[in-house]
Amino acid sequence: MGLLSKKDAKLITDPLADNNPITIQVLGICSALAITADLKASIVMSIAVLFVLGLGNVVISLMRNIIPSKIRIIVQLIVVATLVIIVDLVLKAFAYELSKTLSVFVGLIITNCIIMGRFEAFALANGPWKSFLDGIGNSLGYGVILIIVGFFRELLGSGTLLGIKVLGDSIEKTGVYAYGYENNGFMLLAPMALITLGIIIWVQRARNTSLIED
Amino acid sequence: MSRNTDSNGYTILFATGMVVIVGALLAFMASFFKEQITENKRIEKQQNILYAMGVNENDETSVEFVSKAIVGKEFSKYITKQIVITGTEVTEDSNAYLIDLKKEAAAAKDENYIRRLPLFIGEKDGTTYYIIPVRGKGLWDAIWGYVAVDNKLVVQGVYFDHAAETPGLGSNIKERFFMDDFKGEHILDGDLFKGIGVTKGNSDPKNLDKMDFEVDAIAGSTITGDGLAAMLKKDLRMYVPYLKTLKQ
Repeated sequence: MGLLSKKDAKLITDPLADNNPITIQVLGICSALAITADLKASIVMSIAVLFVLGLGNVVISLMRNIIPSKIRIIVQLIVVATLVIIVDLVLKAFAYELSKTLSVFVGLIITNCIIMGRFEAFALANGPWKSFLDGIGNSLGYGVILIIVGFFRELLGSGTLLGIKVLGDSIEKTGVYAYGYENNGFMLLAPMALITLGIIIWVQRARNTSLIED
Repeated sequence: MSRNTDSNGYTILFATGMVVIVGALLAFMASFFKEQITENKRIEKQQNILYAMGVNENDETSVEFVSKAIVGKEFSKYITKQIVITGTEVTEDSNAYLIDLKKEAAAAKDENYIRRLPLFIGEKDGTTYYIIPVRGKGLWDAIWGYVAVDNKLVVQGVYFDHAAETPGLGSNIKERFFMDDFKGEHILDGDLFKGIGVTKGNSDPKNLDKMDFEVDAIAGSTITGDGLAAMLKKDLRMYVPYLKTLKQ
């Protein structure tokens, strides 16, 4: 046995595939559509959510026995808002340009339903260590999808990956552009994010038919 | 140990305690990072000003500032003079770029207050650029920017930015396809100040006519575009009396 017991390991691996927050639980769709036009923003958003959800789950779990149930949603909101503001301040201090790219989206983490969803469904009923693993697992599951969508949207939409021109130069007509290839500007718009996400869900369910609901 | 977490007294006590702790924590964090954030904003201002006068690392479509590491050096190299216009008085001030336009605009609501107008003078390849900072309202929040004109008051370059315009729509004011349209536009018709409008359905979508005092708007961001045009009209107008003295 390694670092984690089998049960604990499942908390991390489950959300990566068979219980993925985006493709199976259908949480966090809004941000998956909004910021995946390029890979860099997807990665940063994933890391920010990883931090907020991992830490938030622990905080909520530690407080689970003292939170008055009447105001528990408000308390959850305060915890996540505080963590998000801290993330925002840290980004502004150490990665200013990134924080400009994310600007409005950083605030949107607060309304990311994955976070409230995991607080309600898991952290309020489980210990801090388990909650931490659940938070990490779910945000990794979220991140994986974000990065896959971001990868295809940036590659097909702008012909770049992380800003590097992997397909050649579209204006100088080098690389694949020399053969008449064109970037698909539609990939940069939100509808194609939804379609990309749909394709991921399709592929996943085709490979594992037990996921298909009746 | 059991306690009744559902009682009203406990709920109120809990809420109060939580607010105090969270408030203190956030206040501490904000003041802890304040210096670093202010420094980042200062560097960004220098980058923006240089961008407007064409000192940047753009390729065909990207918006790339000169890097953080060299911006201080580049700024003192290209920006030869910074002045503050107060009424008819003109004073030199090497920290004019730190003047907060928002505060100036607020103070100017008092009729007795004479607004300080910062202006940055840059020199590149024998051309002199007069870079005017502007600030206004978009759809959701503030928009601002820098407009570089030459001594004939023809726009040589602009940089726009925004706090929270809609991603993909209003936020496109900081994209090249929009900002580059302003290059070459005139703001004076003879002696009359016109500004630059952001208009839909104009007959010049490719923006070949540089004397029409308008550029093509961005689809889906009417209010941001109108706000931007209003911002240019309002803020550039204040500099016109001074800039006209350069024409002679």
